[in-house]
Amino acid sequence: MNNNNRHLISILMENESGALSRVANLFSARGYNIESLTVAPTDDPTLSRLTLVTSGNEQIIEQIVKQLNKLIDVVKLIDLTETDAIERELMLVKTKAVGGEQRAEMKRLAEIFDGHILDVTDSTYTIELTGRGQKLDNFLRAVEKDAILEVVRSGATGIARGQKALHA
Amino acid sequence: MEPITGAEILVRCLKEEGVEHIFGYPGGSVLHIYDALYAQEDVQHILVRHEQAATHAADGYARASGKPGVVLVTSGPGVTNAVTGIATAYMDSIPMVIFSGQVPTALIGNDAFQEVDTVGITRPCVKHNFLVKDVRQLAETVKKAFFIATTGRPGPVLVDLPKDVTISKTEYHYPKKIKLRSYSPTVRGHAGQIRKAVDLILSAKRPMIYTGGGVVLSEGSTELVELTQLLGYPITNTLMGLGAYPATDRQFVGMLGMHGTYEANMAMHDCDVLIAIGARFDDRVTGKLEKFCPTARIVHIDIDPSSISKNVRVDIPIVGSVPHVLRSMINVIRDEKLRPDAEALALWWRQIEQWRGMESLRYRNSDAVIKPQFVIEQLYKVTAGQAIITSDVGQHQMWAAQYYLFDRPRQWINSGGLGTMGFGLPAAMGAKLAMPDQDVACVTGDGSIQMMLQELSTMKQYCTPVKIVNLNNGYLGMVRQWQEFFYQKRYSMTYFEALPNFVMLAEAYGHVGMRIEKPGDVEGALREAFAMKDRTVFLDFITDPSENVFPMIPSGGGQNEMLLAERDEMVSTHEEGMVLV
Ligand SMILES: Cc1ncc(C[n+]2csc(CCOP(=O)(O)OP(=O)(O)O)c2C)c(N)n1
Repeated sequence: MNNNNRHLISILMENESGALSRVANLFSARGYNIESLTVAPTDDPTLSRLTLVTSGNEQIIEQIVKQLNKLIDVVKLIDLTETDAIERELMLVKTKAVGGEQRAEMKRLAEIFDGHILDVTDSTYTIELTGRGQKLDNFLRAVEKDAILEVVRSGATGIARGQKALHA
Repeated sequence: MEPITGAEILVRCLKEEGVEHIFGYPGGSVLHIYDALYAQEDVQHILVRHEQAATHAADGYARASGKPGVVLVTSGPGVTNAVTGIATAYMDSIPMVIFSGQVPTALIGNDAFQEVDTVGITRPCVKHNFLVKDVRQLAETVKKAFFIATTGRPGPVLVDLPKDVTISKTEYHYPKKIKLRSYSPTVRGHAGQIRKAVDLILSAKRPMIYTGGGVVLSEGSTELVELTQLLGYPITNTLMGLGAYPATDRQFVGMLGMHGTYEANMAMHDCDVLIAIGARFDDRVTGKLEKFCPTARIVHIDIDPSSISKNVRVDIPIVGSVPHVLRSMINVIRDEKLRPDAEALALWWRQIEQWRGMESLRYRNSDAVIKPQFVIEQLYKVTAGQAIITSDVGQHQMWAAQYYLFDRPRQWINSGGLGTMGFGLPAAMGAKLAMPDQDVACVTGDGSIQMMLQELSTMKQYCTPVKIVNLNNGYLGMVRQWQEFFYQKRYSMTYFEALPNFVMLAEAYGHVGMRIEKPGDVEGALREAFAMKDRTVFLDFITDPSENVFPMIPSGGGQNEMLLAERDEMVSTHEEGMVLV
């Protein structure tokens, strides 16, 4: 199998104080990669939804999934990479916007990437973008390097398409 | 219902769980609990002399009896002292519930006196842990703790109790049953997988059964014996699995792994179908992974899915409890009157007998100096093979595993996973408390015994007569052996230039001490010691300091690359083996 494939794993777990550290601990203790991790309570306040991006060969991913399932606080999980799923990430970018030409260029780029300009000053724009990580990367590549002042990314999150739903 | 304090609730819960013994040590944060214990007689508290011993004793108690071990320690140093024993239990999947005191909830996070982040410190070495912040959650949390510790793949569960929680009052309700939406271990194996496994098992020409501690923990010995005898296949046990199959039976080919028998490791290497049961393919067992069972298709039965295909990819995984899965297999085989390939099996046994003929456990005895192997053989003889044997960690542990033939589960108690020196003595005390009618011996070394010596005092207080078999070679023998083999005899820090007079030491603690220096006195001393039913006897056997444990697969070696005693010059290891432990 391919080495080091990227996997998007979504976990439903008890909304307990130590639950997040159990997941984080597992990854550091066993030396697994963790690229990003997002977590927030769900519509059911006793449950949190945690999404993480990791990578590894087939055997490592299998172990990660098993080890996560073994945590007492983990109720259910799904490897979204294995199903037809929607993946999204939120990015906030602060760029320089000085002078007519640069301001127009930034606005145009934001539009091309379906972004929104959330905040404007006489020398900066703050742009919001959502999409797959790849799209966000492309945006950053499209913007001239020294124009970027700050980048904040939420880490990927995702949901399966169609009927499939993860619930307790 | 009258509200009662958290401390009283805790004690009521313990009674509810049928806890008879609790091992612990008091301190500021648990004073309320100790006060509640004082007021009753159902739960007997054993006052150890060090918190590490509390966990090891509870562990020995659990391993001998199958019941969970229970521990109570105070916050801060009480907890940190207990961590080694918790980790020991975790590595060997021993059911244990640890209650730890904590500073009052209002002070948590303030670096209060004797505060440590207990939940954080213990997280990587417990099956689960809890911090109880509200007395109303106490009873349910205790219930959950026992449930989690004793079901599925067992393990230690810690409950951290801030002092105010033990003082506040609420009504007492103990849930009869508990259901956790996030935890429900699979007990019954998948019928389709079992069917496939049976077919593969019966198609074998060179089958091998390899079983581990999971068989002991799940009480699966009866089914294991039945299936093994039904099939007529050779069987080996891991260090943790000894006793699950009677060692005196012909089908048993001995322990496998680094210091296993030649026949067990060769049969593993050459088998075409491997039936792994409640074992986890630990590195001490597999040797070099690339050379592990190169021609085998593998069936693996385990209750923990994460043990399956972790180190070695298997062909037919079955997640379930060992006795259940084995019972189903037996039923399929009996119902359908299936038979193994008798002809192939006869050939295979002929091969195995040839390997057995190498007598890999043979050692050269002596009239002048006591050989450690000889002491274990005599121990076996004098106890008629019936004693519970605990051990510490080192050469003596391997000799005990090799030369004492364990015929029943829970008879052999040692720290296999973590390899914790100091385990043996408190574990023996725990085992004796759990099984007062059985003889208990602790096989130890002059290094290990000094790590938990203070427990001789506890043993005096609670009259737990144990026979301590100290194989005194003056060295940290196992480390010395590695230095001899792999570090050109540079014996760095493995020789004790000062050792106590163990006889006087034993006497100082109120026990009997004996020093044995001649091979001719070994049996007599053991007989004398075991005749003193109600005394702890420290037998200090002065043994050959140069003796090594054989056979041996050096780190990085394959299963078929065993060194046999005095027959192999070898002794260097593969480059890559040097980084391994
Ligand atoms: C707590 C702890 N520290 C260090 C070790 C490493 N170690 C493994 S065996 C051993 C030597 C044990 O010596 P002894 O108890 O005298 O037994 P012998 O090997 O001589 O039989 C040591 C130091 C260990 N297993 N546990």
